[in-house]
Amino acid sequence: MTFLLCLSVAVEEANPVMASAPIAPYNSSPLGNSSSQNASRESLKMEPLADVAVLPGEERVIDKEIIYICPFNSAVKGKVSITNYRLYFKNTDSETPVTLNVPLGVINRVEKMGGASSRGENSYGLEITCKDMRNLRFALKQEGHSRRDIFEILFKYAFPLSHGMQLFAFLSQEKYEENGWNVYEPLEEYRRQGLPNSEWRVTFINKNYELCDTYPTILVVPYKATDEDLRRVATFRSRCRIPVLSWFHKENHAVITRCSQPLVGMSGKRNKDDERYLDVIREANGTTKLTIYDARPNVNAVANKATGGGYEGDDAYQNAELVFLDIHNIHVMRESLKKLKDIVYPNVEESHWLSSLESTHWLEHIKLVLSGAIQVADKVSSGSSVMVHCSDGWDRTAQLTSLSMLMLDSYYRTLGGFQVLLEKEWIGFGHKFASRIGHGDKNHADQDRSPIFLQFIDCVWQMTKQFPTAFEFNERLLVVILDHLYSCRFGTFLYNCESARESNNVRVKTVSLWSLINSDTSLYINPFYTPESSRVLYPVASMRHLELWVTYYIRWNPRIQHQQQSPVEQRYKELLALRDQYLKKLEELQLSDSAPSSTHLTNSSTPNAATPNQHITHLQTPF
Amino acid sequence: MLSLGTGGAKSSKPSFVSYVTPEEIKLDKDLPKKEKHPDLLPGEVVFCSANPILKYTQDDLSQRGVFGTLFCTNFRVTFLSDELTLEETSKTFKNKLYGENDIPLMCVDHIYGVYDEKRKLITGSLVKNKYPSKIIIHCKDLRVFQFCLTFTKEEDTKKIFQGIAHHCLEEKSLKCIFAFSYAGTPSPEMQRKRETIMFESPEDWTQEMKRTKAKCRLVTENENFELSQRLPKYFVIPSALEDLFSYQEKGLPIWCWSHHSGCALFKASFPPMTQEEGDFQMHLDTMINAVAHNYLYSVKTEDLSESLPTILDIQQSYNKFKQFFLIDNSTEFWLSDVKWFSSLESSGWLDIIRQCLHKAVEVVECIDKDNTNVLVTEEEGTDLCCVISSLAQIMLDPYYRTLMGFQSLVQKEWVAGCHAFLDRCNHLHQKDKECHSPVFLLFLECVWQLVHQHSPAFQFSETYLTVLSDSVHVPVFSTFLFNSAHHRESVMKAESPPAQSGTLSCPTVWDWSVQFDSKAQNFFFNPLYSEKVKHEKTVRKPHKPKHQRQLSLPSSAFKTPPKKGFFKEETDSLKKMLRVKRISRWMGSPDSLVAATREFYESWQQRPLDYHGLLLPCLDGPAVHVWMQRYVRWIPEVHIQGGGSMAVMTKLMELLSQVQDLKNLLEQRDASQAAKFDHRPHRLFSFGSSGRLSSSFPFAYSRNRSFKPIIPTGLMQSLMVTDNLSSQEDEAS
Repeated sequence: MTFLLCLSVAVEEANPVMASAPIAPYNSSPLGNSSSQNASRESLKMEPLADVAVLPGEERVIDKEIIYICPFNSAVKGKVSITNYRLYFKNTDSETPVTLNVPLGVINRVEKMGGASSRGENSYGLEITCKDMRNLRFALKQEGHSRRDIFEILFKYAFPLSHGMQLFAFLSQEKYEENGWNVYEPLEEYRRQGLPNSEWRVTFINKNYELCDTYPTILVVPYKATDEDLRRVATFRSRCRIPVLSWFHKENHAVITRCSQPLVGMSGKRNKDDERYLDVIREANGTTKLTIYDARPNVNAVANKATGGGYEGDDAYQNAELVFLDIHNIHVMRESLKKLKDIVYPNVEESHWLSSLESTHWLEHIKLVLSGAIQVADKVSSGSSVMVHCSDGWDRTAQLTSLSMLMLDSYYRTLGGFQVLLEKEWIGFGHKFASRIGHGDKNHADQDRSPIFLQFIDCVWQMTKQFPTAFEFNERLLVVILDHLYSCRFGTFLYNCESARESNNVRVKTVSLWSLINSDTSLYINPFYTPESSRVLYPVASMRHLELWVTYYIRWNPRIQHQQQSPVEQRYKELLALRDQYLKKLEELQLSDSAPSSTHLTNSSTPNAATPNQHITHLQTPF
Repeated sequence: MLSLGTGGAKSSKPSFVSYVTPEEIKLDKDLPKKEKHPDLLPGEVVFCSANPILKYTQDDLSQRGVFGTLFCTNFRVTFLSDELTLEETSKTFKNKLYGENDIPLMCVDHIYGVYDEKRKLITGSLVKNKYPSKIIIHCKDLRVFQFCLTFTKEEDTKKIFQGIAHHCLEEKSLKCIFAFSYAGTPSPEMQRKRETIMFESPEDWTQEMKRTKAKCRLVTENENFELSQRLPKYFVIPSALEDLFSYQEKGLPIWCWSHHSGCALFKASFPPMTQEEGDFQMHLDTMINAVAHNYLYSVKTEDLSESLPTILDIQQSYNKFKQFFLIDNSTEFWLSDVKWFSSLESSGWLDIIRQCLHKAVEVVECIDKDNTNVLVTEEEGTDLCCVISSLAQIMLDPYYRTLMGFQSLVQKEWVAGCHAFLDRCNHLHQKDKECHSPVFLLFLECVWQLVHQHSPAFQFSETYLTVLSDSVHVPVFSTFLFNSAHHRESVMKAESPPAQSGTLSCPTVWDWSVQFDSKAQNFFFNPLYSEKVKHEKTVRKPHKPKHQRQLSLPSSAFKTPPKKGFFKEETDSLKKMLRVKRISRWMGSPDSLVAATREFYESWQQRPLDYHGLLLPCLDGPAVHVWMQRYVRWIPEVHIQGGGSMAVMTKLMELLSQVQDLKNLLEQRDASQAAKFDHRPHRLFSFGSSGRLSSSFPFAYSRNRSFKPIIPTGLMQSLMVTDNLSSQEDEAS
């Protein structure tokens, strides 16, 4: 039985994106060949959810006859099953399957729709707002409080933390070949960057989170700064988030450092230790002026003085140059995404698509984030060290450092490197995932929620779009990351910081998302990837090139074109298979007659010679 | 001097921002005064020239200029740099007729003069008064040239300015077009041309009818344009029509294409149908009846002049649209970036494209789903009729998605079909604005949307479409020079040199060797094209599998079964239908209409895609795109170094040539054993240089590109977040 279960998991994971899309009756639905998937599931005869493979540790809570009010077709009669992990719906009224497979983690809000006396067809039921750009509506029979039990169960299991229950990640019994918790070893990553060295040292001052409770335990700081210096600097930085190294340029020794805002306040306080510390950072590679990128708009930085924050003034920091990057705060981003959802779900705005898109400002925010990161990357590659902060240094700062690192360092563009980048700059340095996403929390109107990480992934997508050969991973990886940002199935994005994860034993009690990814990497590989180690990627941050990520934001709409695979990719794979076929044929011919033309053969196959591994995978590609 | 950080707009903003002030340029007086002359085409004559002229370059955003000589000939305005230009020779995609510093006269769109920092449009009256210090030339292929005239002697300035203004802007006669002076020898490689069906002979039409199994009647009575000068030389009409001479000037339904079911697409030039003249009504009834007779007594008529934008709307919209791409400098670029999407929308151009595609889908639905004959009409019968009928044919018939098929289609519907290219493209700079309209470009735009959405279905590439759209403004080809078949023939006869017996032979645009060598022509082919597997015919079962997107959708998917019935009933219902049609024209209210086509699209989308079957475009907002290659190729700010779709294409090409090599190798080995050997020369898929290409490849080359990124300016102006959200703190605490 265990064996069977594992198998079923593998089957589902062959199509993780698809798993939650409304498939039918559109067979050519996003990224998936649902029919074959269903077939294999059926052949496995999985219980208890009929034709969907349950996860180890997943338990069914309730089944119910229900009507799904599909916005793209009409009302569909069927059965809904709710487990401690997901909501699963399957229609019973027609042959063309309509299914929904929604992890409860994506649910933002559950509401009752209509009352017992409401008139009109299907006016009594539930409305579910999701975090992943869709809403679901169900109708029930208008008798005997038919929705009461399902509403209560849904409310409880979708928001377990509000009901004193555990997130599914702690209940899951999934097992994978790979252990994703091992992908990031801070010391190893710093060693890869060439650290520590004579300019920068590793400090364990935060090993018990005593210096800063939202920072990781291992930090890299200027060689010349003592631990005592660090403690004094911490008093002058918001939430003690002192400037520490994020990335080191091996050739020119310029660095990207990150921190929070200085506690200047209304009176314009100064702190000699902080000023000295920044100068030490600057001196490490002989940068003439340390560039401080304040991600906020100028006015916001000024306004922050009122609450004790502020920015580095000219007088106090004479060897520094301050640049404001004009990126707006989390509330603006949240509202922007809300507007975007309004124009794409359920119906794509028809008559004024472009101006509607513009009025959401979503792409303009993307443009600002990208151009900020370009400036950071440009400065560093020209040999000057930089410091990046916003207010607390965990939202916009994380976006800017990680994007500029992605531009500067090709390692982060590999499948493994990207995981390291996320673990380091986002998870390690305390992007408040729990607050921004609201995992398992019923308070849907929480002002702390904001799609900052989604915005970052969108920026990465924009880069992959502009440089289709520069990234080892594909779009699917980005979508899967976003799906599990909400799903609560893995521990990776849970909690606000490392100290919280440690005290909750996340690494022991939950599975890492990277375990899933790294157990079958072939799904996430971009076939066009061409490694170019020394190349700095500068995307064009112009609205002419920025596009709405249709395959993510509008993926629930069956009418918007979703090609299973881009035709280019498909053709490329076909050709790879054909090449291997020819190579094999030639090899056979050569074996049979051992002709002297063998030299020619090797010549023609060298530039992109197929590794044995490729041989196996591509020969299976149907041609 | 332009500074990048300030974000542009000042209170007293000059409409022209200079990159370099004249003082900054050191005039190298020791330059060897070697007279340089452009390489002239056979038949080309220099009118005037001036030296030294400073040409501003935008390459690498370095904002510098190059000195050289400006010439105006009967073919082009050309700039010859004093510096050695190396890149021209190494270019893989080089046009043999004109280079990157040449502007064919016909390609000039607008000329601006800069007078005291103010940019003014040059028109006739301005020419005589004052000479500008700089001229800015906007081209129809969206290039922008800027020349500084202040270094030249005054009389030279006067000469060159007047010369350029005169030859580019003044109304001229057809005879003055370079094509009639061009004495290029017809290339020996006429093979390509021959493969394209020109529809200039009865055989071509018979062949086409045979190919589509049409049961219509070929008309040869107009061979000498006795029936009408507005009708094609040869054309095909419903077989039920007789006695052509009595109908001639009232418009005839002209056959375009037949569906395998038997129903067909016709187009006609009819005056607006509201006209209630009894005589004309009778004519109309006869015509519609004749079309209905073609197959099962069913017909749908569509008056395009009522349901689609007028050619004037099209012209105005395009004029707005193209302005967004004619960018003089970086400041302007970033300023316009702010309101990019709403600017695009305000031009309405993408919406016109969507409307045309939508109309074509409606036509396709009638033909393919309902198996109904369709008659599209408009007043001229040669504008939107051509757009819609050509688009419908591309969606219905995979043959037109091959390169030769597409060229034949353009010949059939547009060239032989008497589209008034000369008037619509305004080659003669006529002041009368009513008849100018980029109708053919609109068609290419629509095709590009299809190519963009379903690339593997097309044998030609977007580069091909871009080059074709450019070629319209190259005054060498006969293809785009005339208003009708009659016009073409009469002019060609009149302009023939008397010594020779034959008529003048301008090359057609399809003779691509006139512009590009064979290596460059490889860019016309789409490496993604999935060619039809040849042995499929022998394997194919009599019944098409239901799940395939075939030419015909299985009727079970639709509620209305194909019409079948007896003669009598059908004619009755036909009469009723016709009466209704004359009032309501098409199927119903626009809303239900949109819903109907959407259903058609969705049912098509459900089926697995067959690139050799019916092809429909997605017309939702996010699916309609700007033809980036055509419109932004010359704008350096938009070029992605080593990126864009070109990066992927390059990899694909590399692999393709590898596979090709291997295949050849295998075939050579096979050849020694078996007699079967493919002698066709294999197309060479390679971009030549393996260096890092820009996303604008193969058009604009950027030289000496540094690795400096382009940092947007004026960012904050864009985001006027007015609510108080922006001033809130990130954390509530």
